Amino acid sequence: MPDRTNPFLILQSIGKTFASGVTALDRVNLTVNEGDFMSLLGPSGCGKSTALRIIAGLSSPTSGVVDWRGPPLQQNDIGFVFQEPTLLPWASVYDNVWLPLRLRGVSRKDAEPQIAEVLERVHLTGFENAVPRELSGGMKMRVSIARGLVTRPRILLMDEPFAALDEITRFKLNNDLLELWQERRFTVLFVTHSVFESVFLSNRITVMAAHPGRVFEELTIDAPYPRDAAFRTSPHYAELCRNTSDTLSRAMGMEAADAVH
Amino acid sequence: MPSIETVPPVIDAEEARRERSRKLERTGRWLLPLLIMAAALYFWDRVCVWNEIPQYILPRPGVVLNTLIEDAGLLFASLLVTLRITMLSLALAVVGGVGLSVLFTQSRWIEMSLFPFAIVLQVTPIVAIFPLINIYVDDQTTKLLLCAWIVAFFPILSNTTLGLNSVDRNLIDYFKLNGASRWQTLWHLRLPAAMPYFLGGLKIAGGLALIGAVVAEFVAGTAGQSSGLASRIIEAGYRLNAPRLFAALILISLTGIIIFLALSWISHLVLHRWHESALKQEQ
Repeated sequence: MPDRTNPFLILQSIGKTFASGVTALDRVNLTVNEGDFMSLLGPSGCGKSTALRIIAGLSSPTSGVVDWRGPPLQQNDIGFVFQEPTLLPWASVYDNVWLPLRLRGVSRKDAEPQIAEVLERVHLTGFENAVPRELSGGMKMRVSIARGLVTRPRILLMDEPFAALDEITRFKLNNDLLELWQERRFTVLFVTHSVFESVFLSNRITVMAAHPGRVFEELTIDAPYPRDAAFRTSPHYAELCRNTSDTLSRAMGMEAADAVH
Repeated sequence: MPSIETVPPVIDAEEARRERSRKLERTGRWLLPLLIMAAALYFWDRVCVWNEIPQYILPRPGVVLNTLIEDAGLLFASLLVTLRITMLSLALAVVGGVGLSVLFTQSRWIEMSLFPFAIVLQVTPIVAIFPLINIYVDDQTTKLLLCAWIVAFFPILSNTTLGLNSVDRNLIDYFKLNGASRWQTLWHLRLPAAMPYFLGGLKIAGGLALIGAVVAEFVAGTAGQSSGLASRIIEAGYRLNAPRLFAALILISLTGIIIFLALSWISHLVLHRWHESALKQEQ
């Protein structure tokens, strides 16, 4: 297991104010360690997705610094999974997973071993030639995750990837994601508004408050991995969920108190 | 030989009814228009006979068919001339329309500056522009081409521009995230995403190119300079040769239908696997 003590990504006092005057993020400080599975948990409007976009380099912060530690960051090092599967609808599963490699100039044939391996890892072997519309919602998300992992990123940024899925599919993908994470030892930054999901997956949770978006509290989820169905029904899990839920309520209560001013 | 037993699925009355009406609809789709067409032809024929309408005013359908066969050499030669202009102008409309729309998506400024001109070109009746073209352009083919092109290119331009701009924002972000160049984003994302829109425009443009070609020939033909189907119609009109006029007219309609069907077929081939418009709905 990675020791998860080396800082990998440090957000220093990140602020983001849109041209409309809305402050999405206010002095956000955050440290993600190498190998962490960190969730950003918070109500809508707390700027979790904005933070993720800033980290990915899709948006620039108004103030503050995004500091990457360790060897210089390559383009391959960041994988991104959106809330929607965001696949090319005209391309096959194989070609969709090939896309990030293709954009880096890897030929369809040369990419084959990597694509085959990652498709096997997300249980999609045999579906190479299917187009997205022929797949279920869960399978599309698996393709999206495979596409995110095929470049072997050091960090996977996930923006509420399972929010649109039914609970059964969601549990299954949670398990599979954890398995992949333990095996490949990448870092995950996972945006969610589900307390249960964040507790099940993460070793650390950053609870955020809204208006303006800011870090409210950091929680450590000390349950050991691997976590499985037994963990989901354990009293310890229930206890952790209760604590996290309380913290979230306080984060949202603070927002309500702010609104009174 | 081993017998393979096929057990018909047990279906309820509602499903059976639905299946029956589906079958009926399938047959009706092609049978009904044919029946209506046959009835209309019969009625046309009877009107001519009952009212003793002279052939130079309204020929009987049989006479028109005879003329179509007898004058086939002349008519099909003219059809080829018209078809050549139609296809060439359609090809140019594709090149011009797609080329311009790609240019538009590269820069909002170019789009803002040029799009109004495309609209002006589109809304001005081609018949009104043609005399100008006639003055400035010498070559007969170029004249007709330009005319048909002006009519045909706008739907391709406006549809493709819409398509190129209707790409999923997240996918654009994804390409950005992966360091895709402008060219890569265009080639791997924007152009395929615009395909359904482009093909929709192409279907309209195909019909318009034919109309443009015929209209151009009409305007040019009044000066006796054209040999396409339109000039055959004008000629037949002068000579009160109604059967040939009808024959030429039918030929133009048929050509339009064939162009439409061909373009629909191409569209189906390209889109059937992935695009909503080409999918069959499961009940």
